[in-house]
Amino acid sequence: MTTPAIAASEVKPRRRPQEVAANSLGLLLLAAVGIWLVYELVAHPQQFASLLVAGVGNGALYALIALGYTMVYGIIELINFSHGDLFMLATVLSGIVAASWFSADSFTIGAVGAVALALLIAIVVAATVNVAAERVAYRRLRRAPKLAPLITAVGLSFMYQWVGQRNFMTGSAPKQWSTMFGNDSFSIGSVRVPYTTVVVLAVTVPLLLIMVYLVQRTRAGKAMRAVAQDQDAARLMGIDVDRTIAFVFALGGGLAGAAGLLYLQSVGTTNYNLGFRLGLIAFTAAVLGGIGNLQGAVLGGFLIGILQSLNDGFLLGQQWSMTVVFTVLILLMVFKPEGILGTATTEKV
Amino acid sequence: MSTTSTRPVVKPPAPSTNPAARFGWPLGFLALGVLVFVFNQWILPETNSDFQTGFGEWLPMTAVNEAVIWAVFALGLNIVVGYSGLLDLGYVAFWGIGGYVAGWLMAPFANQVNPAWANLKINILGHPLPGQERGIHVNFWLVLIIAALVCALAGVIIGAPTLRLKSDYLALVTLGFGEILPEVFRNGERVGPNGTWNITNGTKGITGIDQIPTGPFQLIPGVPATIGTFDLNLKFIVFALMLALAMFVSLRIREGRLGRAWLAIREDELAASMMGVPLMRIKLSAYAVGAAFGGIGGVLYATHIGGVLADRFNFSVSIILLAMVVLGGMGNVWGVTVGALLLAWINSTGLGQLGNVWNDVTGAQVNFASHNFLVFGAILVLFMLFRREGLIPEARTRQVLQEPERGEIESLGAEMEGTAEDTAAEGGDKK
Repeated sequence: MTTPAIAASEVKPRRRPQEVAANSLGLLLLAAVGIWLVYELVAHPQQFASLLVAGVGNGALYALIALGYTMVYGIIELINFSHGDLFMLATVLSGIVAASWFSADSFTIGAVGAVALALLIAIVVAATVNVAAERVAYRRLRRAPKLAPLITAVGLSFMYQWVGQRNFMTGSAPKQWSTMFGNDSFSIGSVRVPYTTVVVLAVTVPLLLIMVYLVQRTRAGKAMRAVAQDQDAARLMGIDVDRTIAFVFALGGGLAGAAGLLYLQSVGTTNYNLGFRLGLIAFTAAVLGGIGNLQGAVLGGFLIGILQSLNDGFLLGQQWSMTVVFTVLILLMVFKPEGILGTATTEKV
Repeated sequence: MSTTSTRPVVKPPAPSTNPAARFGWPLGFLALGVLVFVFNQWILPETNSDFQTGFGEWLPMTAVNEAVIWAVFALGLNIVVGYSGLLDLGYVAFWGIGGYVAGWLMAPFANQVNPAWANLKINILGHPLPGQERGIHVNFWLVLIIAALVCALAGVIIGAPTLRLKSDYLALVTLGFGEILPEVFRNGERVGPNGTWNITNGTKGITGIDQIPTGPFQLIPGVPATIGTFDLNLKFIVFALMLALAMFVSLRIREGRLGRAWLAIREDELAASMMGVPLMRIKLSAYAVGAAFGGIGGVLYATHIGGVLADRFNFSVSIILLAMVVLGGMGNVWGVTVGALLLAWINSTGLGQLGNVWNDVTGAQVNFASHNFLVFGAILVLFMLFRREGLIPEARTRQVLQEPERGEIESLGAEMEGTAEDTAAEGGDKK
């Protein structure tokens, strides 16, 4: 290469005025949100705190579901639309185990055991179903154009909804289940904290830490990252690609199973089309944090949960919650498509 | 080195000059439309009542009309997904916008928007239902054009900030729009200053959509001045006409400069831009044209059910439309039309009727209509596994799907074709 060519390649591209305008507009929006938050915090500190608590509880659930999305996307770049419906199945299943078999409706040792059993069953079943789906449907489509696995995922989502619609599951109408704590809560100062939020956090945080440990410190995690990087190269290095992908699906399914039980314990109602909505929110959370990035998914989950509950309390009200979530998504896509913690990728030619 | 290869070069088919090929499909479509109309209008009433009820259960005219409208939507989505390769999961938004344009301009609703407008009475060649003269009434045919323009504009507005995103992200953003708009329709009852504006009438929806005027055709004896709510056969003519228009536009636009640019960016965006295709403008025009079809379909659907209901516009509609496009054969106008008609029929009456036959034959007591999720999901999954290119595949898609993926060849550094084919075959065997 001649010297001028090297010099030309090292010149930093000038930032175009549109980019500068977009960036400053994004920062302006962010600043507006910050000012709004501070204002509400000063004006209604107590309500703000209780909304924050509710938001953290929801956010933990979103984070669990989002982790499953983001892991699958990170490894095979598939938007797994059936993930939310898998979560729905786990919700109903854990309701059947905890509420119908053992009628766990109060905080006793037996009930705790029943819920723990339900948690285990939900995790195992959801993981098994997800692995089976991968084996039957996605594995054959790994080399196909991207639309094919996406549509398969949608088809699977319909099939899961069909299972959820059967009478032994929820049927077509929403169903109420008894939960361990009901609406019991304790107070810190004057802020009401439901027991379920504590339980959700007590289960979620260790699970998230385990996931991060698994991916970043263990041999299996190394294999996962290698497969996500380049499947063929990973295969040449002696990594069993199929098994690694199946393992990721098992992990994602297990997280969806855990989230299902926690959702049931904190909300108490199930419906066959519940998974779609929550799946979309969780996916937005995954994108918000930077899809394919574990910490990002957790961060995004908590952010979306808090944002949603603040919206319910202060901004537009509950009927606009999806609008708020998706407006955040679209704004993010316009200003920072790679997400908060994600890194920008350039297209390889 | 590629000069020595024996692989056939894919050539675009030369435009056919054979009159049978040029006029074949309009004549065939016309013949089919006339057949359906004549059968329902004159032959069916003459048959015995058993046959009539049986036929009414299998292929009622409302289901036929609805299927035709679905086909218009599917052709619109086909332009975005099938021709241009831009995955759109929020197509239902355009259906909704078209429907609400009809609700505003063709119903008494407009005088409820604002309390001060209570005596609003505008009539531009409109044909309001008897006793519902208030509000805005614009002629049906004008509303079709207006809705197409409004939706095209909406498509550009949605597309402009987001079209630089890549496939999955684009799908996600469109999905976001497809979720936001129905929520706006559902909650649009109290918006604006102090919640005094009622722009969509909430979940109650807008009813009392105007009738379709027949214009000069009312001089023909037997044709009324306006097509009433239950004049299903005459409505079928209108809807089939719009489907024919959608097919015609789809087929013709594809041969032209714009259509070839769409196909080029579908195959390889980067290569297309290097060859001088203005990416943004071409993508935006795909969105605009597809959305315009959606607007026309929205108006048709509003006149079909006589109103606009917010609950109809949900994500599953987008998914069903996508399934129609993919199962029919992405990019192929005939395939998409057939897929849309077939799936719409299965969704409305077909599944229940087939289930009844099954129950009669085997003596089972299965309620098939309650299993539509299973059937639909299984169709999608099985098609993706075993017949990815759809019922009537486009020749080009089939070739692409049978070739090994480009990235795979490159990642192995194989520039010699033989090697690439061997590895692809190996990958295919391994599954």
